[in-house]
Amino acid sequence: MNKIENVSRRGFLKNLGFSSGALVLGVQFSALLPIPKALAQGLIATTDANKTSFEPNVYLTIHSDNTVAIVVHRSEMGQGIRTTIPMIVADELEADWQKIQVIQGLGDKKYGSQNTDGSRSIRHFYQPLREAGASARMMLEQAAAELWQVPINECQAIKNQVKHAKSNKIVAFGDLVAIAAKLAVPDKTKLVLKSKQDFRFIGKANVALVDGKDIVTGNATFGFDVELPNMRFAVIARPPVLAGKVKSFNSDKAKKINGVIDVIQLDDLTEPAIFKPLGGIAVIATNTWAAIQGRDALEVEWQAGEHGNYNSSSYKQALAKSCDNPTADLRQKGDVSAAFKNANRVVKADYFVPQLIHAPMEPPAATAHFHDGIIDIWACTQTPQSAQSNVAQAIGIAAENVNINVTLLGGGFGRKSKPDFVVEAALLSKQLNMPIKVLWTREDEIKNGYYHAVSYQKLSAGLDSSNKVIAWQHTEAAPTISSTFSKGADTIGFEASLGMIDVPFDIANVYCGAGKATAHTRIGWMRSVTNINHAFAVCSFADELAVASKTDSKDYLLALIGKDRHIDINKENAEYGNYGETLDKFPLDTARLKKVLTQVSNMANWHSNDKGKLPNGHVLGIAVHRSFASYVASVVQISTNAQGKIKLERIYMCVDCGIAVNPERIKSQMEGAAIFAISLAFYGEVTAKAGVIEQGNFDDYPIARMNEVPPIDVQIIASDAPPGGVGEPGVPPVAPAICNAIFAATGKRYRELPLNQYGII
Amino acid sequence: MISLMINGKQHHYNDDENMPLLWVLRDILKYTGTKYGCGKGLCGACTVHLDGQPIRSCVMPVSAVGKQKITTIEGLSNNGDHPLQQAWQQLNVPQCGYCQSGQLMSAAALLAENPKPTEQDIDLAMSGNLCRCGTYNRIKAGIQMAAGMKVTSFNIDDFALDKQSIDEQAIDKLAMDATAKGVKS
Repeated sequence: MNKIENVSRRGFLKNLGFSSGALVLGVQFSALLPIPKALAQGLIATTDANKTSFEPNVYLTIHSDNTVAIVVHRSEMGQGIRTTIPMIVADELEADWQKIQVIQGLGDKKYGSQNTDGSRSIRHFYQPLREAGASARMMLEQAAAELWQVPINECQAIKNQVKHAKSNKIVAFGDLVAIAAKLAVPDKTKLVLKSKQDFRFIGKANVALVDGKDIVTGNATFGFDVELPNMRFAVIARPPVLAGKVKSFNSDKAKKINGVIDVIQLDDLTEPAIFKPLGGIAVIATNTWAAIQGRDALEVEWQAGEHGNYNSSSYKQALAKSCDNPTADLRQKGDVSAAFKNANRVVKADYFVPQLIHAPMEPPAATAHFHDGIIDIWACTQTPQSAQSNVAQAIGIAAENVNINVTLLGGGFGRKSKPDFVVEAALLSKQLNMPIKVLWTREDEIKNGYYHAVSYQKLSAGLDSSNKVIAWQHTEAAPTISSTFSKGADTIGFEASLGMIDVPFDIANVYCGAGKATAHTRIGWMRSVTNINHAFAVCSFADELAVASKTDSKDYLLALIGKDRHIDINKENAEYGNYGETLDKFPLDTARLKKVLTQVSNMANWHSNDKGKLPNGHVLGIAVHRSFASYVASVVQISTNAQGKIKLERIYMCVDCGIAVNPERIKSQMEGAAIFAISLAFYGEVTAKAGVIEQGNFDDYPIARMNEVPPIDVQIIASDAPPGGVGEPGVPPVAPAICNAIFAATGKRYRELPLNQYGII
Repeated sequence: MISLMINGKQHHYNDDENMPLLWVLRDILKYTGTKYGCGKGLCGACTVHLDGQPIRSCVMPVSAVGKQKITTIEGLSNNGDHPLQQAWQQLNVPQCGYCQSGQLMSAAALLAENPKPTEQDIDLAMSGNLCRCGTYNRIKAGIQMAAGMKVTSFNIDDFALDKQSIDEQAIDKLAMDATAKGVKS
């Protein structure tokens, strides 16, 4: 279990460079690391004589000037973590918001995982952060009790002060620092966390974004904005085909471009790709434009290699075939083949979701400065620790000599949890012995990415005479993320836990399986990952079954989910990942699934007998999906015009993510998730020809624009359950809800995305 | 030698005349508030004003600026107090924030031209500005709020701060490493 320790007691303050006293607290995971370690080590570079491996995941410092420094160790990419973490710590601490300083944590293992993906920041750190705050608060109260020689239970921390009601005495946190620094940290079992009704910030929807003013005045620093003295700019011509090689190149013309100072060939990539640079030719210049011009002037002959035969059209046919030959059994409940034989009728449908790419508004960028045997890096990375270890390995220095500063991220969506671009900057800075900023252009981002895997899925359901589903078969062929880490991996595994094997329907006989699919690009994870394709197939298919059964889609879904229960898929010949959580803490709870479904249908006036409440010509589609331990249902309201074009009129989202720590940011994530889903449903498609990605910018990889986006209503279910994920769970149900609405409006069932191929957008 | 008037300040530029204004602003003159998103005038992240008109600085050669006055996000107001910047904060419009400089510059040009835009006017003026995080409804609401109009695209009962709260909630932010503070200087 994690434990909180008073660092200041152990004599580290003298290393911190504070002229006055400071109370420094850290949270530590004793289960992970056995021996105590200096918690403050990372705050200001210092040498800790008592070097151990007991490390905090987050900490706070209270200064004698009454300021409270709170470290945000997770990356900000729009989810609001730089606001939400301080909300949690400040609340339990009883800090005055105006006394807070938010400090962005360097990449360092002592924080626990900093890998900001998987919708995990609050899921994993809500409790430890509360304990860190509560522990400090109780020590300050104890310090005041000692100061005044009164019982501790008469002292109460309120807004950066401790008060003694009986004597009307008040002392500022800052004035208690010296005493508190000498106290022992309360045992975790003695910690008294605040009651819900006493929260000042947690659960409140009135907190301004910590970076709001910097953003609206152009003063926020993103990865692209980092500027070091004597820094040079680099853009790289990467092999157009994965693991392709430079056969020959001529840089004479490039070097003639005004501002170009060097051209450097990088090592070819040897698969597996992992987070290694892709190789190619780097052009170094005094500004970005010169570097881009120089790259355009390069004459490179590439050698494609084994992935040069990758063509999206024939690949799709191969995937379809592979679905019929599953080589991996992922879930087997009951006896599916017998059930199909007994079925009154069988409904079948195939679904297809193409390859997708993240397209954050800020492409990847990293600045590195190698000097004196160490390297300082500033990058828009979701994963500073992985960046650190990959850089250390690539340039051959110890990880502790790699300093990863995390800037704001201009969007991440999973792209920036792959630090290949950080390694590129590090290699170039070391080789050239100068600060280098590597910038990816939009074309680089789309053509040389880590792709959301193209996926073909076949579903069939056996219905009995009363239209009850007695058999469910779901097979899929898609290249696996594992292929990026293990060359030749050709079958999905853990991806099946993201919305496929955890299909929450009450069906006696279930089979899920996967066929083989060889990867020809770097397969990565993108916001919501394979929940996108699985929810699209499962929620579309459920709607098809409702139609086949002549039943209202919402009523049918409720019946399909069945009675209130916790589903344990592991008991049905499956290995269910559950997003790394236990089913005890985060059960797959059908009651919660049905609750969001019912509530969203109320929001949208979804009742067959209430159709009069909808504007004339408006039609609804519905879907529900659990992912990242949260539950989201969506209703999409559309209209169609005489030309057969559809218009999104309104989207309703209802989320149950357990305790809603920052409701305003939860709503903003649901709004954004719906729009992310509109983009992929309408336009999302990345294709390859002879191994080369055919798209390159927002003209051929469009994303939704303002005029295509309807009002989005979001409701959050009040819950005391542990907080689940927020950043990703909103995406999966929206695309199928759109397609279900289109079917309701037009009678046309679209089973292949994107929708713009049908001329209806 | 090219003379540029940026946010009321005179600059001299003596490099490639074909360099797009975006890179002159960002790399040469260090106005990094203006962002790169596509390099082809497709996303609007690089929007600045030339004599009050919104343009995509990523596709405009610096030589084409001529005598026109350039306004970037840094020059939209003296202290972040443009009504749009205020509304953006009151509604917590940004998510990642990267596109918001361009969004604000497009919106500011719209309101300067059309102080009471309809929803269609807003869609028309703003549909060239992409936001991958999906903040469109709050952007629209922010424009309507700044224009003193009824907000239609977002339920402001869910979230809207008053100006005083924004000021009260302003807090210090520090980079972890002392050297990181030098990043902007």
